[in-house]
Amino acid sequence: MITIKGLSKIFQTKDQEVRAVDDLSLDINKGEIYGVIGYSGAGKSTFIRLLNRLEDPTEGSIRIDDQDFTSLSKGKLRLARQEIGMIFQHFNLLWSRTVHDNIAFPLEIAGVPKAERRKRVDDLIELVGLKGRGGSYPSQLSGGQKQRVGIARALANNPKVLLCDEATSALDPETTDSILDLLVDINEKLGLTIVLITHEMHVIRKICHQVAVMEQGKIVEQGDVLDVFLHPQRQVTKKFVDQVMGDPEKETSMKLIKDNYQAGEIIRLHFVGESTNQALISEISRKFTLDVNILHGKITQTQKGAYGTMYVQFEGEQDEIERAIQYIRSTSVEVEVNPNA
Amino acid sequence: MLNQWFPNVSMEDMVTATNETLYMTLISVAGTFIIGLLLGLLLFLSGPGGLWQSKILNMITASLVNVFRAIPFIILILLLFPFTDFLMGTIRGPNAALPALIIGGAPFYARLVEIALKEVDKGVVEAAKSMGSKYSTIVFKVLLPESMPALISGITVTAIALIGYTAVAGAIGAGGLGDFAYFYGFQRSNWDVVFMCTILIIIIVFIFQFIGDLVTRKLDKR
Repeated sequence: MITIKGLSKIFQTKDQEVRAVDDLSLDINKGEIYGVIGYSGAGKSTFIRLLNRLEDPTEGSIRIDDQDFTSLSKGKLRLARQEIGMIFQHFNLLWSRTVHDNIAFPLEIAGVPKAERRKRVDDLIELVGLKGRGGSYPSQLSGGQKQRVGIARALANNPKVLLCDEATSALDPETTDSILDLLVDINEKLGLTIVLITHEMHVIRKICHQVAVMEQGKIVEQGDVLDVFLHPQRQVTKKFVDQVMGDPEKETSMKLIKDNYQAGEIIRLHFVGESTNQALISEISRKFTLDVNILHGKITQTQKGAYGTMYVQFEGEQDEIERAIQYIRSTSVEVEVNPNA
Repeated sequence: MLNQWFPNVSMEDMVTATNETLYMTLISVAGTFIIGLLLGLLLFLSGPGGLWQSKILNMITASLVNVFRAIPFIILILLLFPFTDFLMGTIRGPNAALPALIIGGAPFYARLVEIALKEVDKGVVEAAKSMGSKYSTIVFKVLLPESMPALISGITVTAIALIGYTAVAGAIGAGGLGDFAYFYGFQRSNWDVVFMCTILIIIIVFIFQFIGDLVTRKLDKR
């Protein structure tokens, strides 16, 4: 769907040149929610603005749906942009227009006749859950509602791709979640490819299928969200994972656990993208004559299922404990007996 | 009572003079609005980061605006005599004042327009670009509507300055309340006439300000 090859953007300042995006290559598949995460200054904002050429690249090529974006003429670029929706951190709505007219704006640009425009806008207002607010002005809406208008506006011309530029960074956690839910809903309903940039791992965890970690204009790590969560290679990635999971080494004191729970065995369970074995604990206590004591853990949900680590204590006959461990090994949950860390 | 306090004031003359002032003000405000808006847009669009960024165009426009803003109005009228004569066929009366009023007012308003356009949220312009807007669409559907309250309060300020200019133009025979106050009031020592003209000008200024504020408030949905 989107193929990026050797993309670079160099800003020339008075005393030096800044490589905001540095020889970046990337493939994004159709229907995917692709997240790019990085700290501010990593170049992710420049990157997303290169995708619809709000910034012109210094080098490299971008192909979107088999159309070479980098070589388009001004007129063709205008038409091509109508097929790429974009939402912004600060919403960027026209305060002088009502919700209805804001959503109608891209349709006016595309030359859609008035009657058709009205119908399309009504559908979109319904889709983003703002029914009855069509006549309001942006200043009368909350941040979350403004972003919903932004999303409706971005979807007006049935784009192939939706670009999200820190779309939830100005919202509170609860509103962020409702906007993310809406994005997933749209992704599933319309099969829309979504590219989003963020500095919050929470956003990646909650909705992305694929993630790329950016640092100093380069992608330092990329892949399945779960893989990156599970085996973060770089320090920067580990830091982002810790944002969501907490730092397990800091939080888990195995010594304390071993001192406090000396009977039976201490088991570490590692859930990786589980959707079938989530009831594991209750299953074990039902199938085996064991007492299962939960000591420490954190499980979080990603698009590919549950992910996280849990420390439990099995108390009972040694044979029974062995059989229980054998059983867990037969599932896809990873297990470690008497872990050190 | 009018006769007792203002013995030299003739109702008929006052109405004529007021009409002349209103005529000069309204026509010059309309002309200033159009020309000032065009110059202001040119200044903004050709400026750094503008849609038609061009150093040369920006420099030419800015010099033009600065030169005409620097010339004191009374001198501008005198300098424009040949031009006025060519354009209007006369250098006396309300019509003769119009070229000077517009040429004096438009550069002033152009700067206010430029300031108003600079206040438009850059993110909104970027959003319009990302939707595939033409530049003309950005100007007419984003820049102008989003800066409209500032454009209106700017033209209100300019209109009030222009009312003052019409009185100055009166001193060289343009007609209107300034002319009347000077020739029939001041020069004949009829202070009641000067006083009455002042009151009328103040009322006109108040009305303009009131209408300007009302429209600005109505348009501003922020």
